[in-house]
Amino acid sequence: MDTVLNGLGVDKVHIWRGEQHVLKGVSMQAAPGDLVHVSGPNGTGKTTLMRVITGLLHPEQGRVTWCAKAIDRSRTEYQSALAYLSHEPALKADLTALENLNFSVGLKRSVSAEELNDCLSRAGVAQCANLPARVLSAGQRRRVAMARVMAMRASLWLLDEPFTNLDARGVELVSALLLAHVRDSGIAVVVAHHDLQVAWPLRRLELT
Amino acid sequence: MSVGAWEAFWLIVRRELRISFRRPAELLQPLMFFLIVTTLFPLGLNLQLALLRDMAPGVLWVAALLSSLLSLDALFKSDADDGTLEQLALCGQPLSVIVTAKTFAHWLVTGVALVLVAPLVAMALNIPGFAFATMMLSLGMGTLTLSWLGAIGAGLTVGLRRGNVLLSLIVLPLAIPLLIFGAAATDRAIAQIDATGALYFLAALCVLTCTLAPFAAGAALRITLE
Repeated sequence: MDTVLNGLGVDKVHIWRGEQHVLKGVSMQAAPGDLVHVSGPNGTGKTTLMRVITGLLHPEQGRVTWCAKAIDRSRTEYQSALAYLSHEPALKADLTALENLNFSVGLKRSVSAEELNDCLSRAGVAQCANLPARVLSAGQRRRVAMARVMAMRASLWLLDEPFTNLDARGVELVSALLLAHVRDSGIAVVVAHHDLQVAWPLRRLELT
Repeated sequence: MSVGAWEAFWLIVRRELRISFRRPAELLQPLMFFLIVTTLFPLGLNLQLALLRDMAPGVLWVAALLSSLLSLDALFKSDADDGTLEQLALCGQPLSVIVTAKTFAHWLVTGVALVLVAPLVAMALNIPGFAFATMMLSLGMGTLTLSWLGAIGAGLTVGLRRGNVLLSLIVLPLAIPLLIFGAAATDRAIAQIDATGALYFLAALCVLTCTLAPFAAGAALRITLE
């Protein structure tokens, strides 16, 4: 049995979608300081794998562990340790960037406006703090979503295509944030079509 | 510092209210529907006041039911569409707490608003003033129960393309007892007969849904998220 004492373990996970066998016994492990790059052609189950790792989707076979415990059995502890960036930025169009962050991060931990402003600033969207999400560009929304990931202070980052809609500077910025996170003994699992330009040893998981 | 369930509840309620008040058109839509439908009846009945008074409880309750249904489809839909629902499911709070907060906020902006304008509608329907208190109390409990029944239906149908039709088919049959006891309470109040029995039934339904529906709606959402 593959378990990581202080990290993430995915053990022989199988998922079927009707007749299609999407995840065929996928296994991986990630300990603090690991940056895992999940790649593969379209339709090979990268997002499905991320949803299984978050616990949103239950594998039909296999299991996911956090600190050697099945995530179903330590859901609260696990969820407080993870930050998930999905395809959608998960921002309410009628709320400002700051309000969006306040309401989503505030459900996980007590957070001050200064701290959220600092995260927005580090994501390069400080000027958008008081603008409704509806007026932000797709790239700016992605950066605000990245600011939320930072503000959650989670040890496990699960990022599904974090570079989508970002310009070259945005890609550099997210790469730098990833590097800072793993250097700080965090764990990051990143789904990305392109190679990660991060000066850090990558662990690769190629789905077929 | 982690956040307690009570704190999370109020945070979600505040968030929902803020979003609602920034979309006044969507906020007023069910209320306007309720007002228009109920005021069309007096116009169609050619000032037959006795008939209008007899029909008033049924008209009032059917309009309240349909007006609540109008907004129920959106209870989880926008959160599901923009990815917020996934974030809420992963925030470390029980889904039942999240669903309770969202449903309570939904009731505040639809049910309470409907109860507040009900006396205006009641005057148009020739309901005497002494029946207003019973009518408002029954509508208050009825709309809260409806919001809960709707939360279960909305949780089950949020992922479907034509979910609003299915939502009506799920919720309307479940709302029949509400219609019967709600209209009976108002009817008895108009006739100056003791309406306590009907109000107790409404209160029982309200307590039943308030205590059990959060878990059912939370489970429905979890299935939908998969």
